[in-house]
Amino acid sequence: MRVEGLVFILLALPLLGGLINGMLGKHLPKNISGALGTGVIFTCFLIVLTLFNKVNSPVQVDVFTLLKLDQFSIQINFLIDHLSIWMALIITGIGTLIHLFSMGYMKDDEGYYKFFTYLNLFIFAMLLLVLGGNYLILFFGWEGVGICSFLLIGFHYSDPKKGIANSLAARKAFVMNRIGDAGLIFAIFMLLNAFGTLNFLEIAQTVEQMPTVSTVMFLGITLCLFLAATGKSAQIPLFTWLPDAMAGPTPVSALIHAATMVTAGIYLVARSNFLFEMAPLTKDIMLYVGVATSIAAAFMALRQNDIKKVLAYSTVSQLGLMVVALGLGAYSVAIFHVTTHAFFKALLFLGSGSVIHGMHHEQDIRKMGGLRKIMPITHWTFLIGTLAISGFPLLSGFFSKDEILGHLFSYNPLIYGLLMVSVAMTAIYMFRLYFLTFHGDYRGDKHTWDHAHESPLNMTIPLMILAVFSIFGGLLNLPGLFFHDSAHWLTGYLHSIPGMHLIEHASPDMNTTLGLMGIASLLSIGVLLWAFQNYVRKGSLAKGDEALKGWEKVSNRKLYWDEMYHMLFVKPVEWLGVQTQNIVEERGIKSGIDGFTNLIGRAGNLLRRLQNGSVSSYLSWMVIGMILFVVFYLIKGN
Amino acid sequence: MIATILTQILGALTVAAALMVVISKHPVRSVLYLVVTFFFISGLYIMMNAQFLAIVNLIVYAGAIMVLFLFVLMLLNLNKESEPKTPTLSWIIASIAAGTLFVVFIAALKDIVLVSQPGDNVALSNIGLVKNLGNTLFTKYVVPFEISSILFISAMVGAILLAKREKQMID
Amino acid sequence: MPQATPINVDFYVILATLLFVIGAFGVMIRRNMIVLLMCIELMLNAVNLLMVTFSCYYNNADAQIFVFFIIVVAAAEATVGLSILILAYRQLRTIDISIFNKLKG
Repeated sequence: MRVEGLVFILLALPLLGGLINGMLGKHLPKNISGALGTGVIFTCFLIVLTLFNKVNSPVQVDVFTLLKLDQFSIQINFLIDHLSIWMALIITGIGTLIHLFSMGYMKDDEGYYKFFTYLNLFIFAMLLLVLGGNYLILFFGWEGVGICSFLLIGFHYSDPKKGIANSLAARKAFVMNRIGDAGLIFAIFMLLNAFGTLNFLEIAQTVEQMPTVSTVMFLGITLCLFLAATGKSAQIPLFTWLPDAMAGPTPVSALIHAATMVTAGIYLVARSNFLFEMAPLTKDIMLYVGVATSIAAAFMALRQNDIKKVLAYSTVSQLGLMVVALGLGAYSVAIFHVTTHAFFKALLFLGSGSVIHGMHHEQDIRKMGGLRKIMPITHWTFLIGTLAISGFPLLSGFFSKDEILGHLFSYNPLIYGLLMVSVAMTAIYMFRLYFLTFHGDYRGDKHTWDHAHESPLNMTIPLMILAVFSIFGGLLNLPGLFFHDSAHWLTGYLHSIPGMHLIEHASPDMNTTLGLMGIASLLSIGVLLWAFQNYVRKGSLAKGDEALKGWEKVSNRKLYWDEMYHMLFVKPVEWLGVQTQNIVEERGIKSGIDGFTNLIGRAGNLLRRLQNGSVSSYLSWMVIGMILFVVFYLIKGN
Repeated sequence: MIATILTQILGALTVAAALMVVISKHPVRSVLYLVVTFFFISGLYIMMNAQFLAIVNLIVYAGAIMVLFLFVLMLLNLNKESEPKTPTLSWIIASIAAGTLFVVFIAALKDIVLVSQPGDNVALSNIGLVKNLGNTLFTKYVVPFEISSILFISAMVGAILLAKREKQMID
Repeated sequence: MPQATPINVDFYVILATLLFVIGAFGVMIRRNMIVLLMCIELMLNAVNLLMVTFSCYYNNADAQIFVFFIIVVAAAEATVGLSILILAYRQLRTIDISIFNKLKG
């Protein structure tokens, strides 16, 4: 089949799946509803595999021209190149696994069919985002995933205990995303102004041929695009929505807030690589923002006690790493880390979902412990995920992190040192999480322990699949040391996307790479041993909230970031709202409107006196009317 | 010469009589003054040689309609004391309105240029003679003439029906 | 044969206007219904005078025919008006026009 047809089916399927589930799902039995949702995404995955085999150079699928003016024109088209195919592979592949997981996890939920509707619609929007051929389609997908994220975070909005909290978290995510979206919209305006088109291919070509666009314009466009990326990919200053978004069901956290939606920002920057190359200042800003975010989030994760919150801050921290890679201009390395991160973060989230499911929705790790005896599969897969994220040698995370660190070291060793602090903290809190959950003595409720069980197959199979990928995922982009021929496969694969061939990046030389790898390996193994010693042998437990002091308290309270935002932004706006209500609405509008209606009423009363029923006054008015008539014609002239 | 002076005198008398109609407090006197006004207007018609209309005016208007008014007035047995008093404010408003009306009419009429066709005898014409008028009436306007009889029938029937005394209901 | 004297049209026009205005004045001012009707008759007569004037001036008989019909209609109207008045008097025992204010808003 031709590429166009495949693309249409690829986009139509999740949309149809969502619509069918949405409209008919209430009457379908749960198995059918879930199987429909999962099957649709699996079919999409197969289609993307076909495209992967088929497409070698970028293909633009034009649909129609939306708007054609003298200054600019906008089309609806899709760009199928290696970057979009790769992202689509991740989306549909991990999407299938998560749909499968949700069939088991959400089994007891009443809104089962609604969940799959939203998930399918989310996949549709995300595919739209990555397959779009211009910034406008990307924007449609961008907004679409924002909406689906909102719907899914606030999925249990009617829960008696936490319904309001869920809704507030969904609202927070949406509002913060909106701030980023403003950046994207401004960038689109500026791009239209500067280039007259929004198509990726055309802009890449224009940039290649020495465009007449000023540096300030490039700076403006890239800064706005980066603002959008900070919104979706949870960087400073727009990251506080991600931990709150853990209020949604765990599969949502796995899919949206680990593997796909949060990587939309990274995708956006990678897609606009030619623009960012013309604005070195933005890349520097991205570098520093990424490092700062990574360190701050890792610090906050050190003393969190909810499984999902730890993983959420971990996501923010890893996204910081990806942004660092983008800031260095190593776009394919960033995509490599996106890939491996998708594997092990989805694995970790699904694993935590399995734990939560088995522990009957208990999420506090202080009430867990020794779970490795009851949930073996979950335990081993979670361990693999933890090792991967901590950069344990030879696992996928090790290679992707090392690429980033390698590029950073050749750029600026000082910043490399800072980032190593973040990497070390990552290892510390991940191992803390692992050991406190699965090792040691059980510290929770006895009733829960009796009923705890391993999860069913449809939940553990995705875990196992993801574990395999987490182990071997590094093979995708090995440095030149190993298997010299197939080294840097992913970089080569991504070389053909628009704009990429302009970017020359040499990897650091062999000795540096070896040295850095050695440092990273030592670090991760060292932390593993220390954590084992601290949490298992010594049995150092997580303290209760009241007993925290000093830096631990600051870490647990998330560096008081939410409170700061509340003081800086929320309270002034609320104050403004109260003032508007009291002053403007009460006095201004109400008295204005009421005064106006009173005026009309009084005028009516006045006019009413004309109708007094007395004939002589009527006759007088008639005569006066006659006079006016004649005067009018006199003045008129003819 | 005499005709001009006579016309002017008749005109002045007409105005005076009309004013008395409006102003006098006694309703019977108002009616009588109106009859006098009609006489003077008929006089004016005769000055213009509209003989037929002058006689018709006298017979129908002064003779029949005014007599009717007088009958009704006598029937209702009104006199000077039962005459309603108009408030002073009404006098003022009415005066101002009437005065303005007059001024406006004069202003509208002042620039009129009357065009007379050649061959018109601007002098007193013979158009008002019975013979000439009858000629036009019974050829050109015979249909409205006949229809006016229907008008009269309906007016008569209406008047009789309206003014009949109701029969007393015997309970 | 009457002598050929030119009609002074201005005089008749102003006279007719004056009579009309006086009639209007009377309509506005008088509260006795019968006198009100009489003032209306006065206005009609003023119009009649004007029409006859112009009929003689233009040597056209149509205006005088029209005056004839105006008289006809005035007669019919006076008849019916007076009978209504009698009926009203029987109910209200007065002919003050300011009593008829039941149609006020």
